[in-house]
Amino acid sequence: MTSDHAATSMTSDHAVDIDKHVRVYITVFVALMALTIVTVAVSRYHLPVPIAVTVALIVATIKGSLVACYFMHLISEKKLIYAVLSLTVVFFIALIALPVLTVHDGFWIR
Amino acid sequence: MDIPYTVEVRRDTGLTNGKIGIWLFLASEVMLFGALFASYILIRVGAPSWPRGDTFLDVPLATLNTIVLIASSVTMVMAWASLMRRRFGTFRIYMGGTILLGLVFLVVKYFEYSHHFHGGELPRTHNFLAIYFTLTGLHGLHVLGGMVVNAYFWGPGAKLWKTNPVWFTNRVEHSGLFWHFVDLVWIFLFPTLYLL
Repeated sequence: MTSDHAATSMTSDHAVDIDKHVRVYITVFVALMALTIVTVAVSRYHLPVPIAVTVALIVATIKGSLVACYFMHLISEKKLIYAVLSLTVVFFIALIALPVLTVHDGFWIR
Repeated sequence: MDIPYTVEVRRDTGLTNGKIGIWLFLASEVMLFGALFASYILIRVGAPSWPRGDTFLDVPLATLNTIVLIASSVTMVMAWASLMRRRFGTFRIYMGGTILLGLVFLVVKYFEYSHHFHGGELPRTHNFLAIYFTLTGLHGLHVLGGMVVNAYFWGPGAKLWKTNPVWFTNRVEHSGLFWHFVDLVWIFLFPTLYLL
């Protein structure tokens, strides 16, 4: 559901639609809480740094995707928004890759 | 003169101007935090050794703050959903909850910071604390900024609901997008700084 939907109408059909969305928000909230517990629990095992970084980033990416897709409604957005964000992702990856490329003996964090 | 395309969508973009505006702003925010994350990586890979975050930082407090911020994202999206259902009273409750949860986050952060300062742990102490204070400080300012905007929509800005409810709903959605972004940044900051 986007503002453009809001722009067109706020009828009883929309109210039913919103009820479905609210159920999704609650489910996402529970999933985010569970993943937060997973993140903290995994860190207690004191895994080797490369594995710990990989696991933490995977869990954080899943959590971030849930927030972006459902709370920020990116799962049903217009093409222009996707175009803007695709460009942002390209530059973001380049930005993060720069310091990684400066390391001569591999990219694993010591 | 009225601001164009606040309620009706533009034919060329398929969006309201506010919607495209907030996403362009968030794209710039991604680059701002991206630059700081890149700095973190550069400092960390260049250091002969790097401490685990829990050596200096309070993980239980940060976990509490993570839960608080995620909960505030839910109340924020519920505030918007309440407007979509034309329930202004419920909107006020959820938006008030979002502002309060933001305040709880900042109060917890205040206790964390004061503990460090009283223990003589300052940004100049070492690189870990320098990047920790920079990243969490900038994030905290974003929480504060989001709270100010949300408080405006809870209070004086809510007058728009009576004259133009669709525009008001759109504005709340846009402030919600910023709030969720702030939550998203914390989702990455928490493991990066506290757990690795």
